[in-house]
Amino acid sequence: MNGAQDLGGMMGFGPVRPEPEAVRFHAGWEKRALAVTLAAGALGQWNIDASRHARESLPPGEYLTSGYYEIWIKGLEKLLLERGLVTAEELRDGRMREAGPALPPLRAEAVWPVLARGSPYDRPATAPPRFAAGDAVRTRNVNPAGHTRLPRYARGRSGVIERVHGVFVFPDSHAHGQGEAPQWLYTVRFTAAELWGEGADPMLTVSVDAWESYLEA
Amino acid sequence: MTGHQPGHHHGHPPAHTHDHEHEHEGSALSGMALRVRALESLLVEKGYADPAALDALIETYETRIGPRNGALVVARAWARPDFRDWLRRDASAAIHGMGFTGRQGEHMVAVENTPEEHNLVVCTLCSCYPWPVLGLPPAWYKAPAYRSRAVMDPRGVLAEFGVALPAETRIRVWDSTAETRYLVIPMRPAGTEGWSEERLADLVSRDAMIGTALARQPGEAGPTP
Repeated sequence: MNGAQDLGGMMGFGPVRPEPEAVRFHAGWEKRALAVTLAAGALGQWNIDASRHARESLPPGEYLTSGYYEIWIKGLEKLLLERGLVTAEELRDGRMREAGPALPPLRAEAVWPVLARGSPYDRPATAPPRFAAGDAVRTRNVNPAGHTRLPRYARGRSGVIERVHGVFVFPDSHAHGQGEAPQWLYTVRFTAAELWGEGADPMLTVSVDAWESYLEA
Repeated sequence: MTGHQPGHHHGHPPAHTHDHEHEHEGSALSGMALRVRALESLLVEKGYADPAALDALIETYETRIGPRNGALVVARAWARPDFRDWLRRDASAAIHGMGFTGRQGEHMVAVENTPEEHNLVVCTLCSCYPWPVLGLPPAWYKAPAYRSRAVMDPRGVLAEFGVALPAETRIRVWDSTAETRYLVIPMRPAGTEGWSEERLADLVSRDAMIGTALARQPGEAGPTP
């Protein structure tokens, strides 16, 4: 969707504010936000693509004026409501009114094994890749209302396949409960002139990782 | 703790005066602190979150997973050509082989800086970042200023980090739009021949592995504790 999350090429946000790497959180609540987000995700009621879609579905003004952990919490509340795990009344005062579906929570002793295992998103290939490294391709000019990982700045642009990653879960389907629908994934590189036109840095190239259905020959 | 006056929380009850959140930082933060606390209590009460697991999650990312992991990968790539070749061929296997596995690092690609080309990593659409080797992303990496400009004006962004590359150096920006996570291998500083991997790793900052810094020179100040 063409939401506020799709930031590449926007202007007016001011300078980047570097920070020392020892700074991990800016407030105690950010730590709790991280933890509840990961713990709730481990309930298995949604996947990473659905999480991203919940966050990017925030109204643009709200997205752009919320810190990232704030965006996480707002996205998490939305998912919990949509899946029927909590009610709006319960969220309002933080007290249970009715029991939700019984789901085993992530236990402390499982935290490290679960994090260390991760969730690979590659899948076995069932067909050969359509493109090979070095092929010229064009990204499709599409504006889906649902989740997509093709940013606006890279739509309808000519580039070159740089790397064939393998077959991966397709977020545009996975985010909406429509299955993994795995597709070949490629790194596609563009010149800055192709993306940004006149005045672009001649020494700059930019790549995105693009699923096969984002591309045409 | 700063004093909590009645009414300070703008409609919220003046409870939690014992709390150790940074509520003195402003009412917006107070609002989020209360909102997150309410959510956490609710999830615990409903059996969806185990308080000990929440603490374990935080402890993991505060103490166990951070940019030192990535610095050790870079140092090994500098010190051992066989490892560097493995990293080029199959970065996931090479990095996982050092024990840095898991969430947000399942599919790794290492990109090497050279005198001709500098790499910079961004996620314009959200906050994709290689957690097992770099830890949690810094606030600026997730904020609109970086995400909007890294793909269009990376030299301007680098200047804000105090990095000025020669005009003839190409810049290669990787927008992390899939589950592939990119780790920048900065150039090894001169004068470090024969150094141990541990010592080399001290030259590698988090930002150098995102591409917003270069490796430290020998004798340059290390990370702030």
